[in-house]
Amino acid sequence: MDNIILTQILVTPLVGALLVALLPDRRKLSAGVALTFALLTFFFTLHLPAHFNPSVSGFQFVQDIPWISTPAIHYHVGVDGLSLWLVVLTGLLAPVGVLASWKTIQTRSKVFYSLFLVQQTAMLGVFVSLDLMLYYGFWELSLVPMAILIAMYARTSGGNEGPRAALRFFLYTFIPSAPLLVAILWLYAKTGTFDFQLLQGAIYYGRFSPETLCWVSVAFLIAFAVKVPVLGLHGWLPDVFSEAPVAMAMVVAGKLGLYSLIRFHVGLFPVQAHQAAPWLVALASIGVLYGACLALVQKDFWKLLAYGTISSLSFCTLGIYGFTVTGLDGGVFQTINEGVIGAAMFVLLGVLYDRFGTSQISSYGGLAKKAPSLATLFVLISLAFMGLPLLNGFVGEFLVLSSTFGGVSKGWAAAATVGVILSAAYLLTLIQKVFYGPASDMTLANPNPDLNGREKTILWPLALVMLAMGILPNLWLTGIESQSKSVIGWSNLKPFVVPDCIHQKCYITVSSQPSGGQK
Amino acid sequence: MMSSSILNDVPSSWYLILSALLFTLGVVGFLIKRTLITVFMSIELMLNAVNLSFVTFAHEWHAVKGQIFVFFVMMVAAAEAAVGLAIIISIFRARATLNVDQIDLMKL
Amino acid sequence: MSLYLYLIPLLPFAGFLINGFLGSRLPKALVSTVALGFPLAALAVVVRAALLAWPGSSSVALPYVENFGGSWINAGALHIDFTFALDQLTLIMLLVITGVGFLIHLYSVGYMAHEESYWRYFAYLNLFLFFMTVLVLAENYLLMFVGWEGVGLASYLLIGFYLDKKSAADAGRKAFVVNRIGDFGFLLGMFLLLSQFGSLSFAKIGDALALNPAQHGGMLTAIALCLVVGAAGKSAQIPLYIWLPDAMEGPTPVSALIHAATMVTAGVYMISRTHGIFDRSPFALAVVAIIGAATAFFAATVGLVQTDIKRVLAYSTISQLGYMFLGCGVAAYSAAVFHLMTHAFFKALLFLAAGSVIHGLGGEQDLRKMGGLRKKLPVTFWTMTAGVFAIAGFFPFAGFFSKDAILYEAFQHGTFGKSLYFVGLVTALLTSFYMFRLWYLAFFGESRADSHDFESHGAAVHSRSDSKLVLEAEEPHHVHESPWIMLAPLVILAALSVAGGWIGIERFGSFLAPVVGPVVDPTLEPGGKMLDVTLSVIAVAVAILGWFVADLFYRRKNDRPAKLAAALPGAYNLLVKKYAIDELYNATIVRPILLGSRYILGGLGEGAIIRGSAWLLAGVTTLLGEWLRRWQSGNLRSYSAWLAAGAAVLLLFAASYYLGSNGMDIHINWAGR
Repeated sequence: MDNIILTQILVTPLVGALLVALLPDRRKLSAGVALTFALLTFFFTLHLPAHFNPSVSGFQFVQDIPWISTPAIHYHVGVDGLSLWLVVLTGLLAPVGVLASWKTIQTRSKVFYSLFLVQQTAMLGVFVSLDLMLYYGFWELSLVPMAILIAMYARTSGGNEGPRAALRFFLYTFIPSAPLLVAILWLYAKTGTFDFQLLQGAIYYGRFSPETLCWVSVAFLIAFAVKVPVLGLHGWLPDVFSEAPVAMAMVVAGKLGLYSLIRFHVGLFPVQAHQAAPWLVALASIGVLYGACLALVQKDFWKLLAYGTISSLSFCTLGIYGFTVTGLDGGVFQTINEGVIGAAMFVLLGVLYDRFGTSQISSYGGLAKKAPSLATLFVLISLAFMGLPLLNGFVGEFLVLSSTFGGVSKGWAAAATVGVILSAAYLLTLIQKVFYGPASDMTLANPNPDLNGREKTILWPLALVMLAMGILPNLWLTGIESQSKSVIGWSNLKPFVVPDCIHQKCYITVSSQPSGGQK
Repeated sequence: MMSSSILNDVPSSWYLILSALLFTLGVVGFLIKRTLITVFMSIELMLNAVNLSFVTFAHEWHAVKGQIFVFFVMMVAAAEAAVGLAIIISIFRARATLNVDQIDLMKL
Repeated sequence: MSLYLYLIPLLPFAGFLINGFLGSRLPKALVSTVALGFPLAALAVVVRAALLAWPGSSSVALPYVENFGGSWINAGALHIDFTFALDQLTLIMLLVITGVGFLIHLYSVGYMAHEESYWRYFAYLNLFLFFMTVLVLAENYLLMFVGWEGVGLASYLLIGFYLDKKSAADAGRKAFVVNRIGDFGFLLGMFLLLSQFGSLSFAKIGDALALNPAQHGGMLTAIALCLVVGAAGKSAQIPLYIWLPDAMEGPTPVSALIHAATMVTAGVYMISRTHGIFDRSPFALAVVAIIGAATAFFAATVGLVQTDIKRVLAYSTISQLGYMFLGCGVAAYSAAVFHLMTHAFFKALLFLAAGSVIHGLGGEQDLRKMGGLRKKLPVTFWTMTAGVFAIAGFFPFAGFFSKDAILYEAFQHGTFGKSLYFVGLVTALLTSFYMFRLWYLAFFGESRADSHDFESHGAAVHSRSDSKLVLEAEEPHHVHESPWIMLAPLVILAALSVAGGWIGIERFGSFLAPVVGPVVDPTLEPGGKMLDVTLSVIAVAVAILGWFVADLFYRRKNDRPAKLAAALPGAYNLLVKKYAIDELYNATIVRPILLGSRYILGGLGEGAIIRGSAWLLAGVTTLLGEWLRRWQSGNLRSYSAWLAAGAAVLLLFAASYYLGSNGMDIHINWAGR
């Protein structure tokens, strides 16, 4: 069971997609089948943390089957502490996405749900692939359903806007991936393998000169940085958040890019990553402030969420490129947080858009009296977003900021900490304009805007997860940390890494070789 | 060794030059002519020019293969002519013209 | 012998959960029972712990540490636990919080009786208790920060309790955001503590400091100053006090509990808890003292001219908190905490009594429309009188002892201290004046209320913050005394305001000494006793002076206040406008950020540069496509031309390659054999 679980997880959504595609196009049927397979996938993913062994470093649940002989592509999959919770998170967001789209997607639901399930497979594939070519395949595959669904379901009316937005999104995220492919192929040409662990070993043992690696690592970095998005490369995000259907938009930002940064940028090119780190730390710090300031002045709540997400995700980048164990833990934890909180926020805004048909904040007002459950959940989830202690956002932010402050740069850490003030400002402004005050005309017109049972079923579990992650973060951190230590602990990196040192009591377990096999 | 001396007196190069000339005429005709039928005739001309050069080399190198190849070419030419003329007829039925410049529905 | 410390926060939290989730479906009586029962149970646990741990009994030794649930965060070098600790300081805070808190809960049952979302109010109030108790029980800074931010949240929810009032929502947001600015300082302080000491636990930091007695200077000052920013935000000191006056939008019991008795004292508590670091940084202490004195004076001046009864009390709170900061600033932590305790008593009393007045008048909060309530609201009047005398610092009320202790300590603190003492003294004068002004305006003279307030159906009084008017104003209104459930807490608090100070700073100080260090005992110093008495006499004299002036101006209706205001129009306007600080902040901070974000970041940054690049990328690709498309013209001849050209090129390549590699080896039978 252990050995094939990952394949099971990958295949289930595909089978579901196929089934949905073959069955007739009736909304409830397609949605129901999709939901079944999504839940099934989620249950399979739960097998992973249940049987994960945090004391063993390296990959677990590994499957390595030679697939194509020339070029030598293997079907090599496995998870470790880093990808474990991301896989579970993706599994969790699959049924959430289906439930969130239940009533929203009225037309051509067959296409929607089958593409949605394909997207799930693609994302799960990204997280578990250990063969670079396999990874690339999934990476590019994840763009396709997204682009198609944006084209089909764009919110801005006016015929052509959907396809145009889809095109912009696709090109913006696809074009930087072309150098990525070239870089992967170059690595293959030089080493004869696509395997992640073998490549890690090859680079570690000095098979390549630093100058050549510099370009290769930059190609990797840019491709991933666009998907995160890192400040400066975030141009695609506001449009996508405005146009994409909720179920797709909630998964597009953050996870894939951040995971790839850790696994394939820092993981393969630690020295180059360390050289690039000061820039990325600066970009992340500025990104926190930039995103928050812009979120403060948005009139459209999708754009507000977009800029808020940029701000939040910058914390993750900050943690990753701080090169401290605590920071890396925090960065990964915050990535998971973003997944959960972002999904919940999307569902909430989706509810508002469903009920009232507009995303202009000024049209709203006084909704709290008529929709108390919605208001409660909105406030709760916003509090998690802005990092209230006892909720998950705080733990991630605190880990990242404290480690950045202590080990990287006091200035940048202090700048990023200002973000907590701004996040409270823009979120509370949103809440106030939508829920408090006298009821606006639009609010009065709608008889019953409160959450229905289905929406509550999505949101309350997510809220509970946020609470659980905030109160008992160690449940997640132990798994994450098992990997952070080995990412940081390479001797190659040791001269550069700022250890978590306080008064000569340093905390790094330095492993003298990278995890996994090497030649 | 061929029997007739007359044949030996004409250098192979003259045949090849003739073949090249015919081929060029065919190409030029293919590019310039505006009537589909004429374009087809140019194609046939090109094919026959190639046949001539095949035969020349077959004689030059005393290899029968060249002449066998001529058969293949003639066969292809015949089949192509049959199909092509059928297409021309159906184009004419559809567009009432055989002017090459006016048959451009395949543009993007 | 377990003290069950974890029950103290968890009981109110249970109350919050029950009332929060089920309250809307439960009958009001049940909601009240839950709302009162859980805090009462928490109070019982606190009292039991106090009895067990009291210095006399030897059942439990303080500090008593309880680890609830083990490790909270374990990542890298960061280890934080869920540890609660009870020592003398925490015990005092807990008694105040749960005791006064329970009284205010009781009062609220009466005050909010007509409120529609009755259950929501009590849920939030219980949530507040939960967070506040966590704050004082925490044994490390991060857990304290949980409580710290949590009370900010509860405050936000309660200030904005009246959902359809935009001003209330604005005030709640302002409170939360300004508190967050303070939290920014707190966070930086924590980061510095982590990098310096490797831990956030009070015990470990204390041990590290003790290990290195000579350690002082730079880093510690930085830590202290960051924490001061945090404390200034929570305790409404300059420059972060601006949220407190606006917070009066919330229901009056909320103002009593959160913005007078407990939450705002968190800053003072935190500084006292961190005294080990502050003691080693004279600079930081001086900053605290200056902030405290300046705030005390500043707020008192603004309070002189306020016309809303709750605003007067709000500025009074800010001013008294300034005194506490002053006390901390001269390293007299016990005095500060003593004043914290007595202030909790009389300020809660004043607010609740004000609430009773407002309730009795059907929602009127404007002092200019009050008057002559002495006979109509007797119990309220007498209890409020006790509060006014206490805050003015009359002997033998509670405020006298605590304020006196602070002023004495300030005086003893060198020349710097003496100037602070002087500021404090002037502030005491002002305090006495404006409190008695309030007293006279509200209770004496002829009733200045608009007559139609009594008969009409309350259209005129709808602008008040108490939404119960919406229901009460349905019937003709006349001034009435509050129900017993509101009066009982008033009486109890009045008794505490009278007797609360009798414990004396000496005993109080020696009780707290194990935590905050020894208190200066006047009896032990040469000439100390004499000085102490002298200063006390001066303080009381000043208070009487303030009373006298207030009497002159306000006891009977006259035009002296108006003439004074006309004589000094500039100063008067400045005070009425509260020094225009809100407008100043708005103009220099808020609007620049908003405008900058909208136009520079949004227009320039986002619009032109970044979105431009996204459009560019897609645009260039589309253009390229359009251009290349023209090649597929559908024109047969152009296709054939390209075909021929391509074939020729290929042929050329092949030929040159072939010929190049083989040399001119082909023998062609030119003209001959």
